[in-house]
Amino acid sequence: MTDSAIITRDLRKSFKKTAVLKSVSFDVRRGEIFALLGSNGAGKTTTIKILATLLRPDSGASSVSGFDVAKSPDKVRQSISLTGQFTAVDEMLTGRENLHMIARLRHLDNPGGIAKGLLERLGLTDAADRNAGTYSGGMKRKLDLAMSLVGKPSVIFLDEPTTGLDPEARLQVWEMVKDLAKGGTTVFLTTQHLEEAEALADRIAILHEGRIVADATLAELKKLFPPAKVEYVEKQPTLEEIFLHMTRKEASRKEIQ
Amino acid sequence: MEARYLLSDMSVMLGRSMRHIFRSMDTIIKVALMPILFMLLFVYVFGGAIQSGTGNYVNYLLPGILLIAIASGIAYTAYRLFLDVQKGIFERFHSMPITHSAVLWGHVLTSLVSNAISLVVIVLVAFLMGFRSPAGILSWLAVIGILALFTLALTWIAAIAGLSAKTIDGASAFSFPLLFLPFISSAFVPTGTMPPAVRVFAENQPVTSIVDAIRALLSNQPVGNDIWIAIAWCVGIIVVAYVFAMRAYRRRVLSR
Repeated sequence: MTDSAIITRDLRKSFKKTAVLKSVSFDVRRGEIFALLGSNGAGKTTTIKILATLLRPDSGASSVSGFDVAKSPDKVRQSISLTGQFTAVDEMLTGRENLHMIARLRHLDNPGGIAKGLLERLGLTDAADRNAGTYSGGMKRKLDLAMSLVGKPSVIFLDEPTTGLDPEARLQVWEMVKDLAKGGTTVFLTTQHLEEAEALADRIAILHEGRIVADATLAELKKLFPPAKVEYVEKQPTLEEIFLHMTRKEASRKEIQ
Repeated sequence: MEARYLLSDMSVMLGRSMRHIFRSMDTIIKVALMPILFMLLFVYVFGGAIQSGTGNYVNYLLPGILLIAIASGIAYTAYRLFLDVQKGIFERFHSMPITHSAVLWGHVLTSLVSNAISLVVIVLVAFLMGFRSPAGILSWLAVIGILALFTLALTWIAAIAGLSAKTIDGASAFSFPLLFLPFISSAFVPTGTMPPAVRVFAENQPVTSIVDAIRALLSNQPVGNDIWIAIAWCVGIIVVAYVFAMRAYRRRVLSR
């Protein structure tokens, strides 16, 4: 047993004549948040699909939780969960039913209790018995993530988890991801937002044109560049800070009333 | 993939899509409504002019109406499968340790149950319109068996369409030709009056043997070979469609 949760070696994958992955190798350590950074079409989703047993590479090897992805996909599936790029909740079912269904499909005892616990943890209890179709985008994404937490998988794949979310919901997702990592879960996420990788990741790999062009901690990546120049600038609040400040004030004003 | 979980996975999947159906009752009503309208139209508008050679025209046309209901009902299977693929729900299921065939079988069983509900509604309406049958319990069981086989056969065809369609319209468009098969059969008029080419087609396509078998069973007439031809058609279609549906499934879910 190594301390690597995910290992890939020289993964290659082409669709028709387009080579999407030309040679992808990296290691993800247990319990770390690993961000795969890249622009659209860089091959992030392809990589995640290969690791989540949905896609076979043309060549190369990979293992997750010590199991060979090609040879024992079932063992891999037992130890992972995937939150895809598009929110995969069943909109005709309630939030509670969605979680209940996943718990039963993972053959866990007490699916009702598991659903209840996760709903509480994610602040979805009030909406638990409404059809997920009526949820806001942020709530759907939270439910989607909650479905990935059922059964406490040791490796969680998140494919662009905050795409399409408002800043508030995005921060909540970030908090969830950090909590997961604190609890020992390995989190593999893809993102095209640099600040997301910067805020969350222990290690960052940059995927560009089918190859890993950098793979290091943020501090190491920063060292690759010339030492920071000290400049004095007036600190202006970012639009995001203003937005969050105003909306929170509004929310607390409502609560007081 | 552990076989001991197949049944439990399947029942979860069945429960899931049955909820879909009961939460959108309009689909069941839509499925039952069109055949009922056809039945009213054929009995009260065309019926007087049609020489079916039997006294009770409702008895004569009910089998064909039931097949039309099934042919339109299975379009919803294609629709639901298409949505599951598109919304990434299949991807989620596939990255989980569950029996993969359970995912498809859940949809297929749902199709059986929801079509059965529609058919019961239609038979009740037919009863109000004067449908009567002297058939005993064994004949009714045989009728139910044939209808179930026909539903399975068309559902697996629907699965191919739902899994390989590129658009939501494409996913349900395939059912139109199926819907017309009963019209070019012995379902509404005897085939004897049709021009030779049409007649040859009508007498040798699956719907005619299925309709004739059900009609004979419901009226306590000798069934003859029709029932075996009907069963052979259904089983043949099931086997072929199943193979292609599983292939479409693997292509769609596992290698996009």
